[in-house]
Amino acid sequence: MSRTDMPLIGRQSSWLRRNQIALAPWLFLTPVVLFFLFYVIFPIFQSFNVSLYEWDGLGPRKYVGFRNYEYLYWEFVDRDAFFVSLKNNVLWLVLYLLAIPAGLLIALFLNQTVAGIRLYKSLFFFPFVISQVVVGLVFTWFYDPTFGLLNSLLGVFGLGPVNVLGDENLVTYGIVLAGLWPQTAYCMILYLTGLNAVDPEQIEAGRLDGAKGVRMLWYVIVPQLRPATFIAFVVTIIGALRSFDFIAVMTQGGPFGSSRVLAFYMFEVALSEYGFRMGYGAAIAVTLFAIMVVFIAYFLWSMYREERGY
Amino acid sequence: MFPTPIERTSRAWQLTYRMLLPAALIMWLLPLIAVAIFSIKPAADFTTGNYWGWPSAFEGFTNYGKVFFESDMPRYLLNSVFITLPTVAGAVILSSMTGFALGIYRFRANILIFFMFVAGNFVPFQILMVPVRDLTLQLGLYNTITGLVLFHVAFQTGFCTLFMRNFIRALPFELIEAARVEGVNEFRIFWFVVLPLMKPAIAALAVLIFTFIWNDYFWAVVLTQGVETQPVTAGITSFNAQYRAAYHLMSAGSIIAALPPVLMFFLMQRHFIAGLTLGAVK
Repeated sequence: MSRTDMPLIGRQSSWLRRNQIALAPWLFLTPVVLFFLFYVIFPIFQSFNVSLYEWDGLGPRKYVGFRNYEYLYWEFVDRDAFFVSLKNNVLWLVLYLLAIPAGLLIALFLNQTVAGIRLYKSLFFFPFVISQVVVGLVFTWFYDPTFGLLNSLLGVFGLGPVNVLGDENLVTYGIVLAGLWPQTAYCMILYLTGLNAVDPEQIEAGRLDGAKGVRMLWYVIVPQLRPATFIAFVVTIIGALRSFDFIAVMTQGGPFGSSRVLAFYMFEVALSEYGFRMGYGAAIAVTLFAIMVVFIAYFLWSMYREERGY
Repeated sequence: MFPTPIERTSRAWQLTYRMLLPAALIMWLLPLIAVAIFSIKPAADFTTGNYWGWPSAFEGFTNYGKVFFESDMPRYLLNSVFITLPTVAGAVILSSMTGFALGIYRFRANILIFFMFVAGNFVPFQILMVPVRDLTLQLGLYNTITGLVLFHVAFQTGFCTLFMRNFIRALPFELIEAARVEGVNEFRIFWFVVLPLMKPAIAALAVLIFTFIWNDYFWAVVLTQGVETQPVTAGITSFNAQYRAAYHLMSAGSIIAALPPVLMFFLMQRHFIAGLTLGAVK
């Protein structure tokens, strides 16, 4: 199309013109791709490299091979900090997924057209907009054994007081609950948008076939909510494995390190008063990355199939 | 519509539903309501143990005034603004370029580059922490707002590219072909044809990135320290250390720190939600 259209242009410019469709994307992409490579992609590989060294972040690096990983292995065997973090990561992952059914439940509850429902929907979504730091603080006070609302309420029933964040066995559940609050709100909004798009004819057809309540939900509605469910899974899993803010704000990993997760433990090792052990921290980060890669690969695979139209 | 519209149900259930709504909302927001109540109580209530009773006096103005005039809070808020706004601008500009390139043109590396952006966006922060901190130190940008902004822009570009590219894919391609037949060059197509159509996507991303960056805590602690550069999420922890056990002030501080994204959300709600669903759920 372009070659015959513009015969009177000089040689060089005609080469540019002829190839502009092939060149244009690269002109748009190159600077951004380079920028992204420098700040996001290369650092991933650099972290692998750093994990093979003993390094305080300033002085000379000392190559130690896989020794950092060996230490992690022993920490795992001895049920030390690394083991606790890994165990808590699994707990986070499993419990955080509760945000998906909980979000669906609230979405179903709010999917009506009564007066003022829009305001209700926004207010239910509200916790997601607040920073995790503030949510963490809010829940820290909520759990406080002396004046927290939780214990005041338990006191009414003659129960408690429970020091949720001071109890090694409860602390992770307490923090996950704080995390579930905004995450459920996110899943709710995904499902509310999804419910809007559900085909009304299929619902009518289902009603004619006598489907009602839970059966209708499971066989007619949920299959149509698949795109929303997929995104809910992606953001919830990534969110669970990224949990850092809540732990940093609510417990600093305590009591006695019992609420650590890999993301927090890594930070603690590499950048806190416990010392600057960059190599060891990088090894923990690589482990966390290895876990996440499984999920990332699966998400990309699903997206790729979608692209190809399977 | 599912579940059955409330108007088509029994009178009794309709009434129950209308009562359940506010009750459920209060339950849902209870921890937040508690903090809001704390923030207007006088200090005396906490020393006398009147935590959950009626406030003995309304001290909202005093408490919030203290936060604004006697603490570093305004400085932290300002830092947050200077970190957030350039990041929003940068990420939106860069991703409209990548989104355009990946959404319009067919070439072999297209999907590879696209997936690089998407995958980068899912990566755990910790794997980037040591090298990015080191890079920022070497650039002489450690503990500067510029250093933090540069990283944020780069990282958010991943997510924004995903969004922009999908949005552009959904535009009618005939428009671009028509422009090409007219002999319009590719840059003018980007500027005059595609960019005006991208306004809703740009709005959605702007509010979303604003919220993400305003609420960021991890990178703030990794790349900055001190009142000169740290945003309000990091500032609130030092604020709380300063006012230890002054729960009325800590509550007021937290509410102020949380407010800007909340306002943003209520003002631009529709765009915000379009952004959150990644455009995949219509």
